[in-house]
Amino acid sequence: MSLFKQLLRAPLSAKFGLAVIVLYVLVALFAPVLAPYGETQVVGEGFAPWGSEFLLGTDNLGRDMFSRLVYGARNTLGIAFLTTVLAFALGGFCGLVAAIKGGWVDQGLSRVVDILMAIPQLIFALLILSVVGTTATSLVLVIALLDATRVFRLSRAVAMTVVVQDFVEAARLRGEGLWWLVSREVLPNAAAPLIAEFGLRFCFVFLFISALSFLGLGIQPPTADWGSMVRDNAVLITFGDISPLLPALAVALITVSVNFVVDWVLHASSGLKEC
Amino acid sequence: MSDNNNKITQAMHDSGLPRRDFLKFSATAAAVAGAFSLGLPMRGWAEETSPKAGGVLRMGLAGGSTTDSRDPGTWADTFTFVGFSAVYNTLSEIAVDGSAIPELAERWELSPDARIWTFILRKGVTFHNGKTLDANDVVASIQHHLGDKSTSAAKTVLGDVAQVRAEGNDTVVFELHSGNVDFAYVVADYHLAIMPAKDGVADWQSGVGTGGYRLKGFEPGVRMDLERRPDYWKAGRAHFASAELLAIADGAARVNALVTGQVDVINKVDLKTVALLKRNPNLAIEETKGAQHYTFPMLTDSTQFQDNNIRLALKHAINRETLLASVLYGYGQIGNDHPIQPGSRFINSSLEQRAYDPDKARFYLRQAGVDSLKVRLQASDAAYTGAVDASVLFKEQARQAGIDIDVVREPADGFFSNVWMKQPFTTSFFYSSLTADRMFSIGYAKGAAWNETHWDNTRFNELLNAARGEMNAPLRQEMYNEMQALCRDDGGAIVPLFASSVAARSRRVTHGGGTAPYGELDGLRLIERWWQA
Amino acid sequence: MNSLYKLLVQRLALGLLSLFAVAVIIFLAVGMLPGDVAEAMLGQAATPETVAALRAQLGLDVPALTRFGQWAWHLLHGDLGVSLANQRPIAELIASRLANTFSLAALAALVSVPVALLLGILAALYRNSWFDRLLNTSALSAVSFPEFFVAYILILVFAVKLNWLPSISNLAPGASFGEVLERSLLPVLTLSLVVVAQMMRMTRAALINLLASPYIEMARLKGISPARIIFRHALPNALAPIINVVALNLAYLVVGVVVVEVVFVYPGLGQLLVDSVAKRDIPVVQACSLIFAATYILLNTTADVLSIASNPRLMHPKG
Repeated sequence: MSLFKQLLRAPLSAKFGLAVIVLYVLVALFAPVLAPYGETQVVGEGFAPWGSEFLLGTDNLGRDMFSRLVYGARNTLGIAFLTTVLAFALGGFCGLVAAIKGGWVDQGLSRVVDILMAIPQLIFALLILSVVGTTATSLVLVIALLDATRVFRLSRAVAMTVVVQDFVEAARLRGEGLWWLVSREVLPNAAAPLIAEFGLRFCFVFLFISALSFLGLGIQPPTADWGSMVRDNAVLITFGDISPLLPALAVALITVSVNFVVDWVLHASSGLKEC
Repeated sequence: MSDNNNKITQAMHDSGLPRRDFLKFSATAAAVAGAFSLGLPMRGWAEETSPKAGGVLRMGLAGGSTTDSRDPGTWADTFTFVGFSAVYNTLSEIAVDGSAIPELAERWELSPDARIWTFILRKGVTFHNGKTLDANDVVASIQHHLGDKSTSAAKTVLGDVAQVRAEGNDTVVFELHSGNVDFAYVVADYHLAIMPAKDGVADWQSGVGTGGYRLKGFEPGVRMDLERRPDYWKAGRAHFASAELLAIADGAARVNALVTGQVDVINKVDLKTVALLKRNPNLAIEETKGAQHYTFPMLTDSTQFQDNNIRLALKHAINRETLLASVLYGYGQIGNDHPIQPGSRFINSSLEQRAYDPDKARFYLRQAGVDSLKVRLQASDAAYTGAVDASVLFKEQARQAGIDIDVVREPADGFFSNVWMKQPFTTSFFYSSLTADRMFSIGYAKGAAWNETHWDNTRFNELLNAARGEMNAPLRQEMYNEMQALCRDDGGAIVPLFASSVAARSRRVTHGGGTAPYGELDGLRLIERWWQA
Repeated sequence: MNSLYKLLVQRLALGLLSLFAVAVIIFLAVGMLPGDVAEAMLGQAATPETVAALRAQLGLDVPALTRFGQWAWHLLHGDLGVSLANQRPIAELIASRLANTFSLAALAALVSVPVALLLGILAALYRNSWFDRLLNTSALSAVSFPEFFVAYILILVFAVKLNWLPSISNLAPGASFGEVLERSLLPVLTLSLVVVAQMMRMTRAALINLLASPYIEMARLKGISPARIIFRHALPNALAPIINVVALNLAYLVVGVVVVEVVFVYPGLGQLLVDSVAKRDIPVVQACSLIFAATYILLNTTADVLSIASNPRLMHPKG
């Protein structure tokens, strides 16, 4: 009830953001119902123009662009969401624990993360994916692991400034356990920058997959995915062709929307009364 | 004007008719080396209208890598091929019409069984460092690729060579294991660049050659700078004062560099953009047909494909026209399940083109005693851009014939060492060869290093050996005709497409109108053949 | 101050240890890749004989552990070794590329860090105004397109349509500084667009997070101007996360720019590293990875030390 009220009071940007997110989620969930054709089905000649039969025309192999975009929502969003959640669960938790526990736990975790982060992300991904092969599962795990190191660093840094506050000291003296310290004392006070990071990380997954497809290691055809779809047609941009813009715009729209909502949550949680 | 000429030459090739006059010429060229004293050797070089000297040729090329080297044995892609072709010469050169003509050799003679080849060197040719070319240089340069320790890419090409030796200062003799009337083509291979000998071994480190351009700078994977030598021995060639090669791996970056005028020539144009580039009046497209062909090799010794009926079923289950339109955007020709490109002088023009026919495919399945078929196709874009797309389309087409192809995408990295020739059904490609003998020998002969289908057809292998030493051209052609039919009807490879090499140039640079119908970029020789407009 | 010094020494020692670990991991990972340099170099043209000959020639028939030992031993003597693929000394191979990579990163940092901080502070100051919203939305849009996409759009506008700047950043040997600058402008612009958004948003978020604190409330009640509150009261306490995100982005500018290098044909280390991985040229991969890792560790240590120095509570821990 109170959530609903808060929603009503949300700024326009947040409402817009939420609407877009809901729309995307619905499209992703009901992709098979919404798409007129199959994801990889060859339905006509290549490069058919926009029209009633093929809403956004067909791609070079004669697959329906609109259907590919719809299925792309499912694949792209699913993978990005899963990856980000995994990264935050792993990196966020470890970061908080490291900050609270300090000592050798902090040292141990920080060194492992340092080493992992010292290896350039793209190269690390390139190496691992070349060894284990590029499947959706390996992509999710590899990117989640790489992102987790970034999240770890941030959450540790933020938590460090919280941990030295008096109220944490007090809780420690009360003899509260680790879980209590993480969930009740530190997390609420470190949440804001972490939420902001979540929004950006979520979007970086799309971009990272795009960068990987640039090197030939992204989500593999014939699976429809926005990152790879942008890459495939990017060369046409120079000629003012708009077809690569569609998946790119789809990514941009969800990025902006997610971050609108994040900003709103951030603002609400900061407790700032002023507008 | 120049484009009109181009079209005419191209049309002759498109007709699929072997050009009888050229065929006769090359046959005699091989058999009677004396013909060159009649002034014929200049024919390949003298057809330019009015080349203009000076200027700089800037190229943005795919196929350069930071791991490139000056060692000819390691040259593996366009960047080094094109750049070093201007620095070095070879014994023979492939002329614009596709025949082998003398380059550093003034002429050659061969024994009646085509086993002993004697090359008489051109006199007065000097290297960039002033040294005069002699037979020892040639022997050292060839031996660079021979021997057990050789890791050269040209080692297989020279597999025939039993011995190479110098006789005096200007004669080099090759002894082959068996006769090969096409050997003049073999020594035209760009890997067999002639380098100066230093203490009996070829000196590749210095980058010194006999070519029209001296190597000014080479940063592997980045750029190569060439400068014309004033005293080039070859008349009517090497017009640009200097040349710059830039390694540009990204297709869009190449197109951008050409459109914004930062380079004059690019290769491997992204086929999606060709139609758009054609609208630009400052640019011209250079299509070289049949430069390579794509294959789906089936291992003929695997349990799945040892029955030829299964192979024939799959060969009938692929729609070549659709693949041509969607994978190559029309820039290519359809294949007939043998590796000889349409327009080649060796093509069997009476062989019927195989068509997409699901009913026939079903018929062959029944012949093999099955109703339906499930096969796994291991595809990778390592073979060619669009190989996975082509496989997906093939899967859709074969479904009509009751064949279920499970397309498994393999990583490009390591594809050729781990999957190709090891798994029963894969994707692959070959650069087309100038001679039928070379193509059949490297990819279809029993036990050949790249016999990608493990095919072993007794009749085919007999014909291959017989044709190699056959001096009578029509008789030889008959053998090649039969071999093409054998590949088509019994071989293990589906050859659906011949792909064109598509390059683009700014109209600031031009050429005589006819570019070589093989290799890309005027047979890789644009630096010495083209000039500024 | 003494404790800070100790920390620095400790961090650097740990950094060296991390470098060693990175070297081991990279060596193992490249070793696990299918195929080796011999197969990769010969490609489809490989035959069993040539592959075996090349392996022997390159010393790949020696056990992996021995090779790693030899490599590490030479490294300790300042010798990076030679490339397996073309036998060039690695020091020579990477020298000019290293300079290119660092100059590109430095230029991009020079543009992006001040802009990001300034915009972040302004956004926090005028939070929820149309200015903030506009800034926020455009930053998000800029960051939500893949790098190569941003690059192609910039090329379309500045190179193809306006013809102001070259579309590729190839540097001829002996190019003047002005020329280098002109040719680096588009890649710098691309990189800046990519990194500004994250730094700006983090600055804004860190500041706003603090604005709800009681001490800021107090300052506000005392009637201190908003600008003064931000600069004097909020910023010093928000420095830790800001420094961290800046350090991460600086590191990214050095190690993460492969895609931009490829699009603009800029001869940097990233392209060399990717090529070498593809060719399994282990010594080159090792050398590049170590340079990248060292850069990252240095920046990281600096960030850590700075954020501790900026927080009195961390400087003087109780107990």
